Amino acid sequence: MKDKTQIFRKLFLSTFQLSACTFGGGFVIIPLMRKKFVEKLHWIEEQEMMDLTAIAQSSPGAIAVNAAILIGYHVAGIPGALLTVLGTVLPPLIIISVISLFYQAFRDNVIVNMAMMGMTAGVAAVICDVVLTMGMTICRQKRILPLVVLLTSFIAVRFLQINIILIILLCGIVGAADALYQMRKTKADEKGDAIK
Amino acid sequence: MIYIELFFSFFQIGLFSIGGGYAAMPLIQHQVVDTHPWLTMTQFADIMTIAEMTPGPIAINSATFVGIRVAGLPGALIATLGCILPSCIIVMTLAYVYYRFRNLSIVQGVLAGLRPAVVAMIASAGISLLILSFYGQRALPNDLLDVNYISLFIWGAGLLVLRKWKVNPIFVIAGAGACGILLYSFL
Repeated sequence: MKDKTQIFRKLFLSTFQLSACTFGGGFVIIPLMRKKFVEKLHWIEEQEMMDLTAIAQSSPGAIAVNAAILIGYHVAGIPGALLTVLGTVLPPLIIISVISLFYQAFRDNVIVNMAMMGMTAGVAAVICDVVLTMGMTICRQKRILPLVVLLTSFIAVRFLQINIILIILLCGIVGAADALYQMRKTKADEKGDAIK
Repeated sequence: MIYIELFFSFFQIGLFSIGGGYAAMPLIQHQVVDTHPWLTMTQFADIMTIAEMTPGPIAINSATFVGIRVAGLPGALIATLGCILPSCIIVMTLAYVYYRFRNLSIVQGVLAGLRPAVVAMIASAGISLLILSFYGQRALPNDLLDVNYISLFIWGAGLLVLRKWKVNPIFVIAGAGACGILLYSFL
């Protein structure tokens, strides 16, 4: 019994620490989690961690939260998953709550205002960088369909103000249809080769 | 009921932000700036900046911030809960499917199909942020040259540093803040 409580405590404390120290988005937390749960605690195997990462990235929502759910569930079932989610969510919840208490006073300060204006330009630069990197990966696939999807959805969002959820649903369907078609095609090709 | 509206808005953000990181940004803007009058565009830009400078996922950070502003601490808890509930359900289902069949190729196909759309949406939200930063307002002004040159300079320098040396974004944003204080005080 004591053993179980200890596992729960360790799960909660590890995810809490990781979440409190991870700046800059979900992809950063994955290698840190791997270090903690695969290398240090030996609770998860290397290959399994890679698969869990794939699931965390393919699911909706924040990658850090998804990965925490998977690890908690894997180690200690549903109670484990609830604990790791709590551990991941609490640090940002506490930090942002404190910040928002001071936000108004903070925002009216002249110096802070100058810093904020500079930082907004900085964030805009970071987002441009992300878009450029992601966009180039798509261009490098040398396929027409992703480019068409990119352009149409950009026009739909930016100029036609079509609901984004609708666009995501439609593009998901297109993606699934394309994946099925590609799978059929490779299968048909394999058959064709076999006959030859 | 404000709590139900908060819950449902962030439930949608949690459910449809696929692809991690910045994918949540356009959805958050859509829900809390465009659909509901919870934040102004400037406050939205602030929360994106704060989210970058503090630990934790962007979606959770903005759920807490918006929730607290709109309905206090209970609001923050409810918005955060709404944001993570879709993850809990879908991730567990996918994990079950994965351990059962060890095959996620359709799921990954859907993800691959979504990626260009996600890029397009992040680009659109990024442009909104860029217009705000350059012109201090949401819409493009009539005179495009009436731009905030300090912001333009910081943006250009930041992008150059990021593309060229692949620095950690948090240093670029912190540097941009320092440049902001220096340039606005002395120019």
